[in-house]
Amino acid sequence: MEITPEQKDELRRHGILLTSLEELYNWGRSHSVWPLQFGLACCAIEMIATSMARFDIARFGSEVFRPSPRQADLLIVSGTVTKKMAPQVVRLWNQMPEPKYCIAMGACAISGGPFKQGYNVLKGIDRYIPVDVYIPGCPPRPEALLNGLITLQAKISGQSISGPDAPRHLGSADSCEYPVPEFGGHDLEPPKNPDVWQPPAPARAPKP
Amino acid sequence: MDAHPYAFMAVLLAVATAFPLAMLAVARLWFRFFQPPKPGAVKNDVYECGLPSSGDSWIQFKAHYYLYAILFLIFDVEVVFLLPFAAAFTSFSAGALAAMAVFVLLLAEGLLWAWHRGHLEWM
Repeated sequence: MEITPEQKDELRRHGILLTSLEELYNWGRSHSVWPLQFGLACCAIEMIATSMARFDIARFGSEVFRPSPRQADLLIVSGTVTKKMAPQVVRLWNQMPEPKYCIAMGACAISGGPFKQGYNVLKGIDRYIPVDVYIPGCPPRPEALLNGLITLQAKISGQSISGPDAPRHLGSADSCEYPVPEFGGHDLEPPKNPDVWQPPAPARAPKP
Repeated sequence: MDAHPYAFMAVLLAVATAFPLAMLAVARLWFRFFQPPKPGAVKNDVYECGLPSSGDSWIQFKAHYYLYAILFLIFDVEVVFLLPFAAAFTSFSAGALAAMAVFVLLLAEGLLWAWHRGHLEWM
C-alpha cells in the first residue's frame, strides 16, 4: 500500500513517524556531508569563515573538514582554478569515494569569473567534474555557501538508492574514474571531458 | 533455581560480542549492495595532495648518522646511571665505586675518542 505524503503528515501530527530505508539513509548522509579541506583562492577565505563560530557550518553537520580525499564526501571548489591546478583538482576528485558531491563556489569556479579571459584560467571546473551546486558571487558570502549546502542536502535527500534513477556509482560495471587532464602545448589535454560538459550551442539570430 | 551470581557476566559478554558483530554485518551487507567498490589507478595512488607521487618511498638513509646515535647513547646511558649514583653517593662500598668508575670512564673514553676523531664538529 502506497502512503501519500498527506497521510504521512497526518500520522506525524499524531506522533507516528513513518520512514523507508532510503529516506533514513538519505537523511543520515545528507546531514553529515564531510567536505574536503581544500581551498584554491579568495573564496576559500569565505569557506573558512563559514566553518568558524560566527556562521558555524557545524549547524548543518558539515564541520568535519577532512584533510584526505579518502574521507571526504564533498569537494568545494572554492576559487579560481588555474590550468596548472586543474589536474590536481580532478585527481583529488577521483580519489574521493562515492557517493561524492561537488560545489562550485564563486564566479571563478563556475566560469573563470573575472579571470575568464586569462590564458591560464580554466573556464569552469564543470568541464572536468560534474558539479551539483553552483554558488554565484565574487566571492559568495558565507550565507550563500550555507544556502548551497542546504540545496545540496535537498538534492541528496531526493536521491534514490535503487532503480533507474540511482546514481551512477551504484552501477557495478561503470568505472567512476574521470580522466585527469595533462599539460599540452597550448591548453590542457583534453580541454574538456565530453561526458561531463558539452559546449552550449551558439544562439544565432535567424537570417532575415 | 537461583542463577549463578556471575551469570550476568556471561550475558553481558554475549551481548557485547553479538552487538558489534551484528553492526558490522549490517554495514557489510549495506556495502555489498549500495557501495560497490570503484578502485582505479588514480584513486589508489599513494599521495593525497593531488600531485602524482614521484619516486620511491624506500629511500636510502645516510649511514654516517650512526655516529650521532652512538654519541647520543653515551650521554643518555651515562645520565641514567649517574642519577642513582649521585643519589647514593655517600653510602657506597669501595667495590661499587670502582665498578661505577670503570663504567663512567669507559663511556668518557668513547666521548674522548669521538672528540679526537673530530666527530663533534658539525658536518
